[in-house]
Amino acid sequence: MKKKSVENIISLSNNLRWQIGDDFHDHLAEGIYADASEIVNNAVQTDNQKKQFRLDSKIDKIVTSKIWGFPIMFLILGLILWITIIGANYPSSILANLFLENIHPALKSFASNIGMPWWLDGFLIDGVYMAVAWVIAVMLPPMAIFFPLFTLLEDFGYLPRVAFNLDYLFKKSGAHGKQALTMSMGFGCNAAGVVATRIIDSPRERLIAIITNNFSLCNGRWPTQILIATIFIGAVVPSSLSGLASVSAVIGIAILGIFFMFFSSWALSKTVLKGEVSTFNLELPPYRPPRFWKTVYTSLIDRTLIVLWRAIIFAAPAGAAIWLISNINIGDQSIAAWIINSLDGFGFLLGLNGVILLAYIVAIPANEIVIPTILMLTVLVTGIAGGDGAGVMFELDSANETANILKAGGWTLLTAVNVMLFSLLHNPCSTTIYTIYKETKSVKWTLLASILPLIMGFIVTFLVAQIWRIII
Amino acid sequence: MDIKGNSDCAGCPQFNAKGLKKLGVNTENFDFVVALAGNPNTGKSTVFNALTGLHQHTGNWPGKTVIRAEGAFEYNDQKYKLVDLPGTYSLLSTSEDEEVARNFILFGKPDVTVIIVDASRLERNLNLVIQILEITDKAVLCLNLMDEAKRNHIKIDERTLARDLGIPVVPTSARFNEGIPELIKTIDEVANGKIICKPHRIKNVPNNIQKAVLKLSAEIKKQFPTIPNSRWIAFRLLEGDTRIINALRTGELTQK
Repeated sequence: MKKKSVENIISLSNNLRWQIGDDFHDHLAEGIYADASEIVNNAVQTDNQKKQFRLDSKIDKIVTSKIWGFPIMFLILGLILWITIIGANYPSSILANLFLENIHPALKSFASNIGMPWWLDGFLIDGVYMAVAWVIAVMLPPMAIFFPLFTLLEDFGYLPRVAFNLDYLFKKSGAHGKQALTMSMGFGCNAAGVVATRIIDSPRERLIAIITNNFSLCNGRWPTQILIATIFIGAVVPSSLSGLASVSAVIGIAILGIFFMFFSSWALSKTVLKGEVSTFNLELPPYRPPRFWKTVYTSLIDRTLIVLWRAIIFAAPAGAAIWLISNINIGDQSIAAWIINSLDGFGFLLGLNGVILLAYIVAIPANEIVIPTILMLTVLVTGIAGGDGAGVMFELDSANETANILKAGGWTLLTAVNVMLFSLLHNPCSTTIYTIYKETKSVKWTLLASILPLIMGFIVTFLVAQIWRIII
Repeated sequence: MDIKGNSDCAGCPQFNAKGLKKLGVNTENFDFVVALAGNPNTGKSTVFNALTGLHQHTGNWPGKTVIRAEGAFEYNDQKYKLVDLPGTYSLLSTSEDEEVARNFILFGKPDVTVIIVDASRLERNLNLVIQILEITDKAVLCLNLMDEAKRNHIKIDERTLARDLGIPVVPTSARFNEGIPELIKTIDEVANGKIICKPHRIKNVPNNIQKAVLKLSAEIKKQFPTIPNSRWIAFRLLEGDTRIINALRTGELTQK
């Protein structure tokens, strides 16, 4: 009975559609617009004497201009990074001091007082606690500066202008202009960037945006870049210029990432994801003076603590795992040493080493713990005194000490440069991979998105290493 | 984050801060479902945060919310579940974020739909408002960003607007918590049937279309007397929207 009546309605609608002709959609849209303008005429009064949005369009003329658009973009990014690098130094060393030089010995002596067996004490305090403490000391200060600054910029309304500036390049590479927005989200977190691609309505262009989002340097990788740049790149120039040199190096890597994103978008749209570029309207929202304290507060609660919490959750088991593989021996070597030795040859080809490769395997759940893992493993292999022994993530309250350990581990300028490159070009973290799978519901595209940047990383670091060794 | 206001506000019966409890993400056992819809970048998430006391990230760029966020508040001992929908310009196209918004208003059957518009760009925003009013007859227009409209010397006659649209209109500046108490009170009145809406119907279409819509929606009403949006379904059927045709066949549209 019901079924029949539904079919009646549908066939009636089919008949009527014939009668009214095929411009129904346009008539309806026009009707809606006409209604809207009637309503507005009745209810809204604008003062035409005062020109509206004058300041906005003035600002837009500058920040989206052909000449100034890009320099201003890089300048703003540089300024934010600069404040982050300079500002994070002091709180980082205070936190490191507190967690690693005060609390850690206190915990150790407490453990020995209550007679805790050495392996449990090592596993919990040297493994789990140290990993967590390290992540907090290294990550919290830069995040607590970077995120609020970025959020202020976002609330002000600058991001759509970035999209506007980049739109032309995206079109050229066969991708959707809105990818500029999802790319910007990726600079915070790739998993968030992948979810944000839902604003792109064409499935082809959305896939491109998902696969290439990993080329946006995410917040888990910024600290790695900043630390390595500060130690190695800053050291090759006179000290008065070292700050500038390290900031430029980090920006250079970020720009290189953008370049790789355009390149792979273009390559994808020419091969497996062929198709037309769709057009869209991008609304440039009005500039809004951000509500400073409220924005700082929400971005601390909303972004910083959530990201930090995620890092801690992944760091704790990773710390435990590192301690275990460093302390369980097979034959005359620990498991970690076996793996590192077997990876060393391949690592050398890439201008890296076995420690770094192992660290990237351990750090698949979270990019944030790459540097702590590298340091810990380096100490293990080189047997430098000063740490608390095998498998302990130890204190590093100054960049100098970190540099000494890395140099003792055989690091050169080439290693540093390639670590920065590899940090940009490698597989996404497991959260992002899972998110890609949830969004695409396809094993094939998830695999491609995971492996493509890794292959690029291998190629790029390999080439850099070979050329470097020939020239220098 | 609290609605504090100065002492004058607190003395006014509109204010009723005592009746309001922000419940954050605790959305169990609600009495009413409220949807927040609107164009991108009109401050939906800011309104959402002001109502629920949550800190959903807000940002000044279109397309920030792509999944629906849920929160809740309690007002005069009734629990409201609040759903923040992705911002859309229209409900007529097919991108995923638009479909999330449309499907929720259509199939989720919220008790009240709060449509948030940018007061200084009213004409453009009304496109979506008019479409939503064809789907649901329990709606509130939240005239947000009033501070910006004022700065741009735009004056809006809220009473005329409310009369023309046939739904209550509440001016707000959600970033400064202005107008939020009034908005809550209005939501409560619509949800409890104290305000009956007579939503605007699309007028400026040629006669033959108007007649076809009338005929078809009359037929739909005859077969399914409880359906509130027969006119909108007629529009979609005339357009040949397969999603709606399927929904009609499976009974998704007609069951309450």
